[in-house]
Amino acid sequence: MSALLDALLLRAGYNAALVAVGAGLLGFAAGAAGTFLFLRKRALVSDAVAHATLPGVGIAFILMVALGGDGRSLIGLLAGSAASAALGLLLIEWIARRTRLAEDAAIGAVLGTFFGLGIVLLTVIQTMSAGRQAGLESFLLGSTAGMLFQDAVVIAVGGTLAVVATWLLRRPMTLVAFDAEYAAAMGFDVRRIDLAMMGLVMAVTVIGLKLVGLILIVAMLIIPPVTARFWTERSGRVIWIAGAIGGVSGYVGAALSASAPAMPTGPIIVLSAAALFVLSLLLAPGRGVAAAILRHRRFQARVHRRQGLLALARQEPIREPYTLRLLAREGLIRPDGVPTEAGRAQAAKVARDERRWDIAREVHQDAGLTGRYDGLTPIDRVFTADEIADFDRRLGPPALVEGTA
Amino acid sequence: MTTPATIAASGGQAIDAAPPPDCPLAVRGLTVSYGEKPAIFSVDATFPATAMSAIIGPNGAGKSTLLKASLGVIPRLSGSVTVFGTPIDRARDRIAYVPQRASVDWDFPTTVLDVVQMGLYRKVGLLGRLSGRMRARAQDCLDRVGMADFADRQIGQLSGGQQQRVFLARALAQDADLYLLDEPFAGVDAATERAIIDVLKGLKAGGKAVVAVHHDLSTVRAYFDHVFLINVRRMAEGPVSTAFTPENLNATYGGRLGATHIAEFAQAVS
Amino acid sequence: MGAEFVQFSLTPILIGTLAAIACALPGNFLILRRQALIGDAISHVVLPGIVVAFLLTGTVAAIPMLLGAAGAAVVAVILIEAVKRLGRIEPGAAMGVVFTTLFAGGVLLLEQTDTSSVHLDVEHALMGNLESLIWFRATGWESLLDPAALAALPPELGRIAIAAALVAVLTVVFWRWLKIATFDEGSAQALGIPAAALGFGLVITAAVAAVAAFDAVGSIIVIAMFICPPAAARLMTNRLERQIWWSVAFAVLSAVLGYVFAGYGPLWFGSTNAVSAAGMIAAVSGVILGLACLYGPHRARVGAGREDAA
Repeated sequence: MSALLDALLLRAGYNAALVAVGAGLLGFAAGAAGTFLFLRKRALVSDAVAHATLPGVGIAFILMVALGGDGRSLIGLLAGSAASAALGLLLIEWIARRTRLAEDAAIGAVLGTFFGLGIVLLTVIQTMSAGRQAGLESFLLGSTAGMLFQDAVVIAVGGTLAVVATWLLRRPMTLVAFDAEYAAAMGFDVRRIDLAMMGLVMAVTVIGLKLVGLILIVAMLIIPPVTARFWTERSGRVIWIAGAIGGVSGYVGAALSASAPAMPTGPIIVLSAAALFVLSLLLAPGRGVAAAILRHRRFQARVHRRQGLLALARQEPIREPYTLRLLAREGLIRPDGVPTEAGRAQAAKVARDERRWDIAREVHQDAGLTGRYDGLTPIDRVFTADEIADFDRRLGPPALVEGTA
Repeated sequence: MTTPATIAASGGQAIDAAPPPDCPLAVRGLTVSYGEKPAIFSVDATFPATAMSAIIGPNGAGKSTLLKASLGVIPRLSGSVTVFGTPIDRARDRIAYVPQRASVDWDFPTTVLDVVQMGLYRKVGLLGRLSGRMRARAQDCLDRVGMADFADRQIGQLSGGQQQRVFLARALAQDADLYLLDEPFAGVDAATERAIIDVLKGLKAGGKAVVAVHHDLSTVRAYFDHVFLINVRRMAEGPVSTAFTPENLNATYGGRLGATHIAEFAQAVS
Repeated sequence: MGAEFVQFSLTPILIGTLAAIACALPGNFLILRRQALIGDAISHVVLPGIVVAFLLTGTVAAIPMLLGAAGAAVVAVILIEAVKRLGRIEPGAAMGVVFTTLFAGGVLLLEQTDTSSVHLDVEHALMGNLESLIWFRATGWESLLDPAALAALPPELGRIAIAAALVAVLTVVFWRWLKIATFDEGSAQALGIPAAALGFGLVITAAVAAVAAFDAVGSIIVIAMFICPPAAARLMTNRLERQIWWSVAFAVLSAVLGYVFAGYGPLWFGSTNAVSAAGMIAAVSGVILGLACLYGPHRARVGAGREDAA
């Protein structure tokens, strides 16, 4: 536990501290940048971008070795990965725009093909004399083991730059993610903003490659925004909440992983974010599952109760078992289906409200008001007490509801 | 009758709790909601045999929802549906459904004749051979909607009206007793509308029941025998002559139709 | 094309081809249903599946591994559906959340367990090991008639053959249902066809194909074969029946050419070492799709796409 505390307080060594800060920044940038993609319903584009980095890494390594370098320069490898990811992005856009294939097929095709090509290049590199210790496999799953000081600096600096770029581009990207047509009408170049959005995602992916690997960086781009969505209905806030969730997962995940053996950084970061997701899915007020189930059951009970009372008022038989159970439980009918005193009173009330609605719809031919005649909206929520009193005057004396014999 | 039932049935007449045994489509207490607001609430509907019925109401009133929930295409919160006196799952062979055109992907790799033959899939089962007679029937159904020359076209090349005719031909191929159509005249040309109505009238003459979601009030009197007015709740139902009245239209549409329009539609042919 | 070919190349080519076909068949429907990336999701969760199977049984025998992978695929599909419905999240994002999380869990379990002594690693899961699936006992074409040699065929061949046959049979048997439920789900339901169950069955079938293929060739081929051959086939014809045949043809072509390029390509460039056959097969399938995008006779969109139905 003290190891974890040390790591959380950045006392676990200079490299570990840099990695934790870098992962936090990266998580923040990934969460924020991923939000725009998620709101644009293109979350899995990030999956293709990430897989499409692999051939670039391979080609960069081969080129650097051919030019006499050592081939492992992180900057060079990241530049290569960015180039091939950009090519992948353009191909996805081209396929979806120029052919009848939908974007999901384009994403999958680019992802599979580029990844396959990348693996081919990795096997080529393994046969090169310089390639045996290249360690390029760490780009698949990420690794902090043997991370150089300068690698940690690249992550920290890159993470900061990505956060700044997200901040600068937030307005046009929000606009396009929310309503692309409106943005176009306002004179924004939607395609360029889309490309900028993807470019940002690509940048985050490239920075995160070394730390969490190309498969799990996708999680950092998708899970935080999806999680954030549970807590707010406003897109502006989703961005910052997603950033915060990503940042916390990155920081805590990196610290956790530094504090114990056999705790790989990437998976721990992803699982931290996933834990936050599960908690939000279940417990968030409003959009969470528990709240939704409760709401739905209450709503269903309201519908059945109301329908049951309407049937009592009209002296029609009730056939649905659930309605019967519900009314019996509330003491509105006896087990044999005959309404009780309370049931008759309630039914009379329902019948009276129905008749008030009839009058209301005759008096107010305004669709906005009478459109709320949906069986559930209480009349006193639509009309004032004065108006209802007026309806009652037109109705005459209340009618009694007889029990069904 | 002055029991509360008459009054509570708001706009309509008091309803029999049990539908007649041979009623093609009877709905009782049907409620469907998307989220927290009912799309349709506690709807009772009884559609008559050997007749053309229209489901009428303003946009968002739940017309298509009523049709789809009756068929079980979307889940219902409460209520029951009977088709020819039996639960719907035992009467699937007797129902043909024509969905809205926009509900399918017209870029799907298939031909016009293929789509019509889909109407026979229930009859032939999973592996049964599509006999020559069935193929001939599919072709014949295409002919009945005036699309015989298009049998081998890819469906994406059709106009909106032609797509609608193909969907109708598919329903004809099912040789059902009850035809449920969702906005069959939406966005089609005048020639297609005439062709479709001729086919539907032919069905009625053959003793079939037709129920269509319809949005054009000016043609109700010319096309239909029976109307069902809905705006989330049942507003009125009955023969066109007695239920398609200015009062009922007013109740259904609120202020959305001008008074002159309503009088015009309701009195157009009397 | 002599004894050496039979011994070293015949079985890998056969296995690659069968794997490609088994994935391409359900891929046709997944693409038309806009569910292409289900294949991607399934192939990622295979890893946690086999790790859990290893932890439970302690062996690396094929059958528990396959069951573990299939179980993980089913769990993933159910979780995706649950996240989608319960959280009201769009399908792409729901898939992204589920498969990356399960994959992360798999990697963590792998690191926590001492599996270094056994052959169970991430690279293998990704790339498979097509090149090693040789028919060592074969002495030439005549071995095809020799029961003793046949008994020594790599077991992966039998498994993928069974999976491919199963997928093909299911495709034929449920052809009509699949076709109408993919084209017009509402009408399928009105006809009394269990469209929801059918959709689930399709995904499970895809998972079975993915797992069997993964066993032999790794998950790269799985992703590429689900999508590239059917997508290319879609651009060749406007008939679903013909599209299926095109996709099978493209799958076979990718597998054969990919294997040949991987095995013999480097020799042409003066290198002695072969490269990853699985990766090369995926790359070839991508090139075929690229050509179809450029020259396919039916590459352009014709009909109006489906409006987003509520």
